[in-house]
Amino acid sequence: MARYIIKRILVAFPVLIAVSLILFVLLNVVPGDPVTVMMREHIKPELIEVFRERMGLNDPILVQFGRYMVNALRGDFGMSYKLQRDVSAMIREAFPHTIKLAIYAALVAWIIGIPAGILSAVKQNTLVDRAFMSFSLMGVSLPVFWAGLLMQYLFAFKLGWLPVTGYYSPRYYILPAIVLGWQSAGTIARLTRSNLLEVMKNDYIRTARAKGLGETVVVVGHALKNAMLPVVTMMAMQVAGLLGGAVMTESIFGIPGLGRITVDAMGTRDMPLLQGSVLFITAIIIIGNMVADLLYAFLDPRIRVE
Amino acid sequence: MMTNLAAGRAADRIMDMAADTAAEAQEMLAITDLKTHFFTQKGVVPAVDGVSIRIPEKQVMGIVGESGCGKSVTAMSILQLVSRPGRIVGGSIMLDGEELVGKSVKEMRNIRGNKVSVIFQEPMTSLNPVYTVGRQVSEAITVHRQVGKQEARQQVVEMFKAVGIPEAERRFNSFPHQLSGGLRQRVMIAMAMVCQPKLMIADEPTTALDVTIEAQILHLMRRLEEKSNTSIMLITHNMGVVAEICDFVYVMYAGKVMEQAPVFELFDHTKHPYTKGLLNSIPKPTEEKQRLYNIKGMVPNLLRLPKGCRFSPRCEYAMPECREREPELYDCGKNHKVRCFLYQKDQGGGADE
Repeated sequence: MARYIIKRILVAFPVLIAVSLILFVLLNVVPGDPVTVMMREHIKPELIEVFRERMGLNDPILVQFGRYMVNALRGDFGMSYKLQRDVSAMIREAFPHTIKLAIYAALVAWIIGIPAGILSAVKQNTLVDRAFMSFSLMGVSLPVFWAGLLMQYLFAFKLGWLPVTGYYSPRYYILPAIVLGWQSAGTIARLTRSNLLEVMKNDYIRTARAKGLGETVVVVGHALKNAMLPVVTMMAMQVAGLLGGAVMTESIFGIPGLGRITVDAMGTRDMPLLQGSVLFITAIIIIGNMVADLLYAFLDPRIRVE
Repeated sequence: MMTNLAAGRAADRIMDMAADTAAEAQEMLAITDLKTHFFTQKGVVPAVDGVSIRIPEKQVMGIVGESGCGKSVTAMSILQLVSRPGRIVGGSIMLDGEELVGKSVKEMRNIRGNKVSVIFQEPMTSLNPVYTVGRQVSEAITVHRQVGKQEARQQVVEMFKAVGIPEAERRFNSFPHQLSGGLRQRVMIAMAMVCQPKLMIADEPTTALDVTIEAQILHLMRRLEEKSNTSIMLITHNMGVVAEICDFVYVMYAGKVMEQAPVFELFDHTKHPYTKGLLNSIPKPTEEKQRLYNIKGMVPNLLRLPKGCRFSPRCEYAMPECREREPELYDCGKNHKVRCFLYQKDQGGGADE
């Protein structure tokens, strides 16, 4: 097991380097000069040149990349062009907001999604099933910016139950968590339902019934663990995705999380910040995938490494 | 013609009742006129269409027939685990003097795995892949008996030893995928026997196993049956398996019993053309090489049963009469009954044919 984990971590490094290289090249190709962005428009062209030289932007791209990677390995991701602040510090500041939102959203998704999926499968083709499935279809297909705005309008503006935007107490996270969690809940419910229905057709379910087990024990004790294998994997990846920042939700609800600073960095051509946050998100996704694989191996004895 | 038919039926019923009173005492299972139908969108499929089967105590009773002739549905009817849209529409299933048809879900749960257990065809897929085999067998005990975890574990290990699983202690913690097909089937047998049921249904228990393992498993079942008070209902399409361990045989075709006889009687004096066909389909290594015999045609679609005898379209001996009306189960003596007009005349004493 330990060897497997080490191997996975070692494989992650080339992926991270490749992602940074692609990003580096892309950002150098897109139009827009960071110095101009930094200094506003009315700056003398000679001065731009001076700054470019000083910031090393005139060096060949590979040299720039090498320099960036060397610094990054030392934990130095550079300074934000726009805010003149340490990128790592900015990420450290934004990440807790994203973590909070991700945890709340994941809780909403699991607490609603899993039972909804089980109930739909057990009560297949009944009203309960259809209601849950329509609801999850809505969650999956309604765009977050639309559902989010509607909820803000209804619960915050019209009814006044919850704050519109902000991040000052858990109350502020309720709406964004529901909006974000609804989407994941929909996916989880549909996957749980279809997997459970599939598993219930298996011979070992017939064996469990023939043993004299009650239907609840058959479903929860024998079918669920098998059905949940792919769902758990997907949930781990969903959490990784949530931790990578929910751009739309964070923007609509004014939460200064990872997604927000990434989008802002894109808008201002703030290369070091963008580079840093994207690398960070990539690392999270890689870890998320790894956790998903390990979870699968842990839950399924057929894959478990002896 | 109607009166003739009615008279035949009445005679049959009287015979059955006579047999009932004679054998009632030691009958473990008595299925009478069982009808299990499937209500599909295309129509009603009579998968089991008036089947009567008796299993005396401590006997191995075989049900033979091609795929789709209603063997497994009969077995699942006993456990009332017929999958939707199927349902028992008539008849009676008496287990050791206890009527099973009409029992509540909860009452049936108490019977499954406890008084009636079952071994399935596919040991590969019949065990849950994510739990240890020991846990799965223990569950069969703990659900029916008030025993602790340790006690159950002890019983399971004992049972594993009894069914010939080597290193029983260690195997308790094995997952199904770590065992061979033969071992898995032994685990299934252990699971089926662990509550000392009155009846064990073995639904093609050796079909998925290779021949040497097949013999071992059959002998194991026979031995367990002799040691305990369990009767076995063995479902198979393999006449060789029947000859190996059965005491009595029912031959089923398209939802009906076509022939029933003690095993030696059936092999020595095969009567029904269908049974003859089944027996001729066994390759005989002693004979000179020739084309293997097969019964022409296929089991009919139960939605569109042929008129008259349901085997008549495939029967080499079919007479005009066979396509007109359905034959009764004629008694030929020596506990041998055949559903075929060819033996109408042979009918043993008592019938006014």
